[in-house]
Amino acid sequence: MFSPELAVNALIAGLLLGGFYAAVTIGISISFGILDIVNIAHPAFIILGSYIAYILNAQLGIDPIIAAIIALPAFYVLGAAIYQVYHVAFEMRGREALSGLAFFFGLLFITEVLLILVFGVDYRYVQASYVDQSINIGFINLPKRMLIPCLISILMFIALQLFLSRTFIGRAIMAVAQDQLALRLMAASPTRIKRIAFAISIATASLAGAFLIIIQPVEPSVGREYIGRVFAICVLGGLGSLPGTIIAAMLLGIAESFTSTFYGPSWAPAVSFGILLLTLAFRPAGLLGR
Amino acid sequence: MRSGIFFLVAVVVAAIVFGCALAINNDYVFFAGYTVLQFIVLATAWNILGGYTGYVNFGSAAFFALGAYSSVFMHKFYPMPIPVLIVIAAVISGLVGLGMGYLTLRLRGAFFAIATLALAVVLQTLIVNWNYVGGSRGAYVVRPATVAFLGNYVHYLFLLMLGLAVIALTVARTIEHSSLGYGFATIRDDELAAEASGVPTLRLKLIATTISGALMGMAGAPFPYYIGYLQPSSAFGLEYAVNSIAMPIIGGTATWLGPLIGAIVLGSLQQYITVTISSSVNVLIVGLLLVIFVVIAPNGIVGLVQSILRRRRYERKPA
Amino acid sequence: MSANLLEVESLGKRFGGFIALDGIDLAVAAGERVGLIGPNGSGKSTLVNCLCGALGNYTGAVRFDGRNIGGLSAHQRTRLGMARSFQLPRPFASMTVADNIRVPLVYAVAARSGVHMTNEQIVTRSAEMLALVGLADKARQFPRDLTQVEMRKLELARAMAAEPKLLIADEAMAGLSHSEVEDIVALLIRLNQRGITVILIEHIMRAVMTFSQRLVVLVSGKKIADGKPDEVIRNQEVERAYLGQ
Repeated sequence: MFSPELAVNALIAGLLLGGFYAAVTIGISISFGILDIVNIAHPAFIILGSYIAYILNAQLGIDPIIAAIIALPAFYVLGAAIYQVYHVAFEMRGREALSGLAFFFGLLFITEVLLILVFGVDYRYVQASYVDQSINIGFINLPKRMLIPCLISILMFIALQLFLSRTFIGRAIMAVAQDQLALRLMAASPTRIKRIAFAISIATASLAGAFLIIIQPVEPSVGREYIGRVFAICVLGGLGSLPGTIIAAMLLGIAESFTSTFYGPSWAPAVSFGILLLTLAFRPAGLLGR
Repeated sequence: MRSGIFFLVAVVVAAIVFGCALAINNDYVFFAGYTVLQFIVLATAWNILGGYTGYVNFGSAAFFALGAYSSVFMHKFYPMPIPVLIVIAAVISGLVGLGMGYLTLRLRGAFFAIATLALAVVLQTLIVNWNYVGGSRGAYVVRPATVAFLGNYVHYLFLLMLGLAVIALTVARTIEHSSLGYGFATIRDDELAAEASGVPTLRLKLIATTISGALMGMAGAPFPYYIGYLQPSSAFGLEYAVNSIAMPIIGGTATWLGPLIGAIVLGSLQQYITVTISSSVNVLIVGLLLVIFVVIAPNGIVGLVQSILRRRRYERKPA
Repeated sequence: MSANLLEVESLGKRFGGFIALDGIDLAVAAGERVGLIGPNGSGKSTLVNCLCGALGNYTGAVRFDGRNIGGLSAHQRTRLGMARSFQLPRPFASMTVADNIRVPLVYAVAARSGVHMTNEQIVTRSAEMLALVGLADKARQFPRDLTQVEMRKLELARAMAAEPKLLIADEAMAGLSHSEVEDIVALLIRLNQRGITVILIEHIMRAVMTFSQRLVVLVSGKKIADGKPDEVIRNQEVERAYLGQ
């Protein structure tokens, strides 16, 4: 049943969802968009982040977002290690296309199955004061479990955008995609720069994972639903463009929110893939692409 | 060896396999054997696109499920013998493969891979919401107990899958030895140079996705009769997506032999593990093997054996 | 119908806001040897890619052999008789040298209407091509075993195997030694004598001057000179924009 109230709430829910999707996608925007590394295992690392937030929350009572920040360095190191293997095994041999993709595909399933073996397939969730609260303004409903991830996600975007545009390493990361020779002339090793960038991309999975488990209960295979979403957003936003990513994330959030409000939640997963296929077919450079 | 002769040899080998299975006379052998044969078809089909042209398809499960659900649909709509269903499945999944390819193959290879991941979820969402074929609850497909000539229906399913494996391997080998396979290899090596040498790359890629998709759909067509009760989660199962990539890569992607060896080794291993441990451990081991092979032995088992033979020959020669 | 094999009319190509080619007019007569020079980033490679169909979405018209080839893909242009070699050699790495030559024979020559080649003919023709460039004894080796100059020769042999009317050689000599450059120039002249029109894109002036009957100069996407090599080289604008650098 269509009503203006329902539509406005769907729109706002979509925007909040989009903010969260932006956090989920930013890692892919860096690894796939800037570095051209097709890390399809990223959603699995996000679920890993969810479980780490869950353990710290359940065992020590730490707030999930604080827990994610504590885990950031570990994710950074994990990312650096994965890049090292990727670089030696595929980039140096020139086999990124087939073997590199298969490598991440393998990592995706190893991570997922390890989580299943350790935690089982039961849904897990976190405790925090704000999980069940919401702010009501007139008929508009703002659940805090959506609002807080969305706001922190936007902060994270601003921080990364500043890092990429203002610092030496950030600029070097943006340059690595375009001109490795120039980078070498600047006495920066492209491998080192790419390692840092990839490590950052994996580190974002820690926070995105915490957001995910605040928003909804998590089980190991939930990550697969996000593969299509993150790539849809990344491609729609234009590869490597952070502002594009956030706009595309909001659009997808709104599209999904309207779909589940008016057609039922079981149709929502198809929305992102539909958008992805349409983008690839008609505008592969993305919204903000040339 | 000409393709016709290869086909005859494959038929003879298949007949021997069937004879041995009958001699053992244990239904489990037929059940497990069916699964391994199904993986031979899937791995070979994946390799026609992935191994020969270098385009990675993550959506094998989608094509497999497409075949399975086209059978469920026909079973309800107008029941027909399974060989006819296999042909129908081939046409439907071949066309979907062609459509997918047409939408994404003009772009970089990574986009195609991502789009195939997407296809699996879109199709699963459609099936879950389509009540005629059972929706999320699934659909019963009652299997007759017996069939003419053979008697035992499981034997019949096994024989069908054996036939599909022979067809898939013959198709793969024929392509390899034709100018088509030659064109596929130029795409894998360097698409720009291929175009400059007159190779119609887009058309060849579309041929590869269509053949590959059609064979995967054929592998899925008898599945509802094998399992008896088809749910979206079993048709779109993880193991199909993982195995159809892992088997060719672990076996070796350069020739038809690689997927065959990979499917037999991994398929049998998994049958063993599923019986003794659990199916999660199963996926874990396949995932680990996949990662280990792409990092350490990117040319697979066939490549390993070849390099050992080459080294032997080299050592035997006087320096 | 005109006597020119290739006619380019106000060809333009933009990458985003960057104008790579700006209104290029160029005519090449059948049998001619044309040199194309210009500083780095002047649009030489972009021009080659537009002519050969590797880049689309250009403005203006390209006519080849009296036919407008706009909208044809790269492989169709190769089949029509336009072949190219790449600036950095791009061999098919998983195939032997002989098999590399086989590709254009199967996919370009045998794909032309009215042409049928048996396997024996293909094998013979591929051996001829390798002999022509002096790679006959390398037929069974893989590209990774070749030296730089052999790789360039393979690149030319593969382009030649497509039996082109027009050969576009994109910096076929960069990084080669003095004698190797002479080797390739002699090879290109030999091909021209067999009736093939050749456009040579090159940095090495000695090679260009020996080879070219006519010289075309590109600077910042514009054609600034077109004429007899010695006259073009004395042209003040060329000197200022290109050689004076």
